[in-house]
Amino acid sequence: MSATFYVTGAVALLATFMVVTRTSAVHALLYLIVSLLAVAIIFYQLGAPFVAALEVIIYAAAIMVVFIFVMMMLNLGPRTVQQERTWLTPTIWVGPGVLALALAAQLVYALASSTPVEAGFGLITPKQVGQRLFGVYFIGLELASLLLLAGLVGALHLARAQRRAEIKGTL
Amino acid sequence: MLLVPMDTVLILASLLFVMGLLGVLVRRNVIFILMSIEIMLNAAGLAFVAAGARWHTADGQVMFLFVLAMAAAEVSVGLALVMRLHHQWSTLDADVASNLRG
Repeated sequence: MSATFYVTGAVALLATFMVVTRTSAVHALLYLIVSLLAVAIIFYQLGAPFVAALEVIIYAAAIMVVFIFVMMMLNLGPRTVQQERTWLTPTIWVGPGVLALALAAQLVYALASSTPVEAGFGLITPKQVGQRLFGVYFIGLELASLLLLAGLVGALHLARAQRRAEIKGTL
Repeated sequence: MLLVPMDTVLILASLLFVMGLLGVLVRRNVIFILMSIEIMLNAAGLAFVAAGARWHTADGQVMFLFVLAMAAAEVSVGLALVMRLHHQWSTLDADVASNLRG
């Protein structure tokens, strides 16, 4: 049972590494979907089936579809891939790579040196999640809906500003 | 269910987070920066869910739902900004946005 966790974790790490290093945006997006699906499987193994389903439906589907729509509208061609190649030189990788590696080493060391807890991850049903969400965290739920509304209005405003600029350009 | 130490899951989450951070630091393309932010949010969500499962409480999953809503709102505004950037300067270079005025 735990072997599946390690395989899935390795898949997630590999796919995420490919996302960061690709030059083509669409290839990176496909790898990102693989990474999100792997994390969804890990959620399922941790005893969180509701969140695993949400990860697939919202993250790997809805949000990624928005990304694909934007890439389709921008119509990025081979020119941008070439541009990425010139941007991603090894000298650019050195500084942030060393810093990120140092941070990762510290985190792994701190977590590995703590006393290991053999956690028996039990199943948490969607009913329990819903009871917490609509009980104690009700204000948070309302605030999340307000945040989504603000995101909607913000995106709409930015799109409208673009159209106004286009109309002004034609006159 | 799963017989894996809690630390292993947290190590996986932190490695995913650091990779997202590396992406934000290295890439110049705005779309890649947004994708790396998604990776970081997802790693934080994994840590939340693992902690919730460790203590047998649904709170971690509730927090993940909030992270999810935040990511959705952030992506919608971020991608609208990407479209504006591309429309204005016909490039996705994040450095170009340093020329913003008024």
